[in-house]
Amino acid sequence: MWDLEAAGGGPVQKAGSVDDTPSETRRRPVPERLVRVGFIPLVDMAVLVAAAEQGFARREGIRLQLVKDVSWSNIRDRLAFRQFDVAHMLSPMPIASQLHLGSNPYPCFTPFALGRGGNAITLSVELYQEMQALAGLDGSEDALANGRALRQVVEHRRQAGRKPLVFAVTYPFSSHNYEFRFWLAAAGINPDADVTMTVVPPPLTVDAMMARAIDGFCVNAPWNVIAVEKGIGCIVATKADIWPSAPEKVLGVSPEWAEENPETLSRLMVALDAAARWCDDRQNHSALADMMSDPSYVGVPSDMIRRLLAGQLIVDPDGRTRQVHNYMAFHDQSANFPWISQALWIYSQMVRWGQVAYDEIGPALVRAAYRPEMYREVFGSSGVSVPPDDSRIEGVGAARFIDGRHFSPDDIPGYVAGFDIRNGINSSVAE
Amino acid sequence: MTKDTQTGQRPLRVAIIEENSIRAAILVDGLREAGIVDVEVIETMTNMLRRLSTIDPDVIIIGIENPSRDVLEQMFQVSKLVSRPVAMFVDRSDGSMIQAAVEAGVSAYVVDGLRKERVKPIVDMAVSRFNAFDRLQRELLEARNELASRKIIERAKGILMRTRQLSEEEAYGLLRQTAMNEKRKLVDIAQSVVTAASLLER
Repeated sequence: MWDLEAAGGGPVQKAGSVDDTPSETRRRPVPERLVRVGFIPLVDMAVLVAAAEQGFARREGIRLQLVKDVSWSNIRDRLAFRQFDVAHMLSPMPIASQLHLGSNPYPCFTPFALGRGGNAITLSVELYQEMQALAGLDGSEDALANGRALRQVVEHRRQAGRKPLVFAVTYPFSSHNYEFRFWLAAAGINPDADVTMTVVPPPLTVDAMMARAIDGFCVNAPWNVIAVEKGIGCIVATKADIWPSAPEKVLGVSPEWAEENPETLSRLMVALDAAARWCDDRQNHSALADMMSDPSYVGVPSDMIRRLLAGQLIVDPDGRTRQVHNYMAFHDQSANFPWISQALWIYSQMVRWGQVAYDEIGPALVRAAYRPEMYREVFGSSGVSVPPDDSRIEGVGAARFIDGRHFSPDDIPGYVAGFDIRNGINSSVAE
Repeated sequence: MTKDTQTGQRPLRVAIIEENSIRAAILVDGLREAGIVDVEVIETMTNMLRRLSTIDPDVIIIGIENPSRDVLEQMFQVSKLVSRPVAMFVDRSDGSMIQAAVEAGVSAYVVDGLRKERVKPIVDMAVSRFNAFDRLQRELLEARNELASRKIIERAKGILMRTRQLSEEEAYGLLRQTAMNEKRKLVDIAQSVVTAASLLER
């Protein structure tokens, strides 16, 4: 019998190695750097999976260790206590951390966004039927018309003395929270007065709706589609309907780790950029969906992920589908650039809903959370197209907000004061 | 509110959010031993926030593998349900306590302003009980594996006795010698014998 132990004892020169480094330019082997990444199983973690599985990280001398977790609180705390080096984070989380919001604020930052899109708002079938009955919906309505129909139901229920509807988001400092509220308010519903907003972790959203504990939720893929396929929910709006440019998840970085490993961080960003390009290429969607369907990542059927990547959403239990343009984007149109103006928009929503009072220092703290200068330093001379400015007027052209207003980062108090529905705790903002 | 006559403080009230009833029992036990009797266990997520606001605890203990941590976050954010703000990990300066807690998978939320001396024993206790529970689980698993291994070895012995006309002792000796020669576990060799026999039987 062959003694495998002895044969494998030393470094073996492999003939026909898959290593694509040409032998004449063989570099000195760089020891692989281990980078520990915390994540929550969602389709919007695609770039991290591709970087780990498709060789983009290895090419930069990095071994990515992806560690699944169950809550955003854990992601935050395990980054703080050095169990993770970087993490898959909700785009508002670094901002909240710099503003010292939340129960264990650990100031972290992001130099790289992991993409846009994927969120949607799902209402229970019963609630949707009430909307149909009152507003005569036929299912072809846009997100705003759906919102206005919901407003009629909210009004009707109030008059009938029924208890307020309960809507769930996945975390207080989440794109879901701000998008759900933005949509409700755009339709004339005050999320703090007319309905009850609560938090339900993503994997529990569908169960909570099935148990009738909640009437609707905003969460990332695949949970909306799962609710529809189980016959309990209807998708009434997507992120692309509310604000197509909204940053979804970002790469949250521990400042201490970044300080100690500047080169590894740069290499990681290069790897993620390549992975993001790969994820955007439709030809790779099948392979990407197969990778993500693994139970150690998202763990839902590959076919479902493939349809989500293509923006094909089943929106009601009768099987009506919607093709959503730009439902998910990982690289296209500077999807990875950490726009200061987008960070400040998130801040404006925190102010709008009373999570933080506006003050002069706020915008400076927010700037510490999003670091476009680091993105520029890594990609400025690399051929990746880098936007010339860190900030812009948001909501212009095709990237419009559902309420049609523009956001100018120079006038946050003015922007917030311009909303009819808000819950500011700063009197100067709330007049 | 009733005050502790010696210290002038009211007894601490602790809420445990834990779905696993064995682990919850272990924690309650530990707290009792430490003299804390005012303990409530919340086993389900349903009405968690309402129950917490009724209990109005000074300390909340929840495992970090429990996704409901994000729900608590909401409660502390818009503190309409709970009268007082609650902060995680009493004192960030005590790095070793936090490290131990995170490693054991414990998170503790504590009412702001509560003195560290009063809370530290509770968190330390929770950490040691979480670790004890883990150990218990591991031992249980090992015991189960052990039992399964023994069964496989018995079967392999039986096969060797039958096919090679060996005594029980000789059969066991042969398995052990082979394992030593091949630097593998006895149970792995036994498994190979069982598998091989099942292939040959048909």
